Amino acid sequence: MEIKTDDYSIWHDPESATIFFRGFLRLDGMEQYQPVMEVLLQAIDQSSSLTLNLRELEFLNSSGISMLSMFVVKVRERGNLRMILQGSDKVLWQTKSLKNLQRLMPSLTLEFG
Amino acid sequence: MLPTSTLQIYGEFTEEIPPSEEYLTLHFSPNSAARKRRWGNFGLSADFLGDYFAAFFPGDEVPESKINLRDTVKAAVSFIANELLENAVKFNEDAANCPVSISLHLYEREIIFCVVNYANPTIAETYQTFIRELLNSDLDEFYTQQLEKAATGMSGSSMGLLTMINDYAARFGWKFQPFEPYPDVIEVRVLVRLDL
Repeated sequence: MEIKTDDYSIWHDPESATIFFRGFLRLDGMEQYQPVMEVLLQAIDQSSSLTLNLRELEFLNSSGISMLSMFVVKVRERGNLRMILQGSDKVLWQTKSLKNLQRLMPSLTLEFG
Repeated sequence: MLPTSTLQIYGEFTEEIPPSEEYLTLHFSPNSAARKRRWGNFGLSADFLGDYFAAFFPGDEVPESKINLRDTVKAAVSFIANELLENAVKFNEDAANCPVSISLHLYEREIIFCVVNYANPTIAETYQTFIRELLNSDLDEFYTQQLEKAATGMSGSSMGLLTMINDYAARFGWKFQPFEPYPDVIEVRVLVRLDL
């Protein structure tokens, strides 16, 4: 499953159990983020670990950060799912905000590169 | 008297913005029907402001960061301008028929953002209740509590505001004031200081 627009793309690679994000995501509120959430939720039904690769996601607004935090809580509720967030230390919002998601799920692995 | 019917000031608000050699103001014409269509334009405007103000800074290294000063300014201004515009537009009362505006003022190591919108008294009061709670809380604890709220789908977590304060160390001041020609409209003026 994938979403592709002029501003952003999101796609799931089942083989590596990774969801890739690219571009600029600044949708108008949680409702607009529902299709993105569905891609994420489908992926956790398919494996016991999941990686979100955000390195090429240049912009995420706060509604998008809230969407990610909702997803982290869904993963936390499953109890047996391992999650890795891959960020870039060259993208400011990632260096500022990604670590906050560990407050919701301390076992979340953050990999910066 | 109800708080909404009088002038209310919170946080680091100053009436007079210090003179600056570089400043820029954008006005967005009021039109609720077009919000969905214009949403992307607010993002483009925020990016433009980021690019515009970043051009005043050198590409010097920033300690403990792989992002140079110019790119840091660009990304921080773009994020903050976008969040401020999204909030201003979401909570704007079109009955006032006044434009939402955003101004940026540049100083040597600081940028001041000033955003004005017009809200109905109920929205303005909810906003003020949130501000009072924020100002009376320990930021770290309050942030975690609101993040958990956002993550469990509860609305009103104001993660945009908290992200700017917690992650970007932005300092806020607010002024709420009845808007003279319209008794049911409150002018909301938000001042944000970002150290660079």
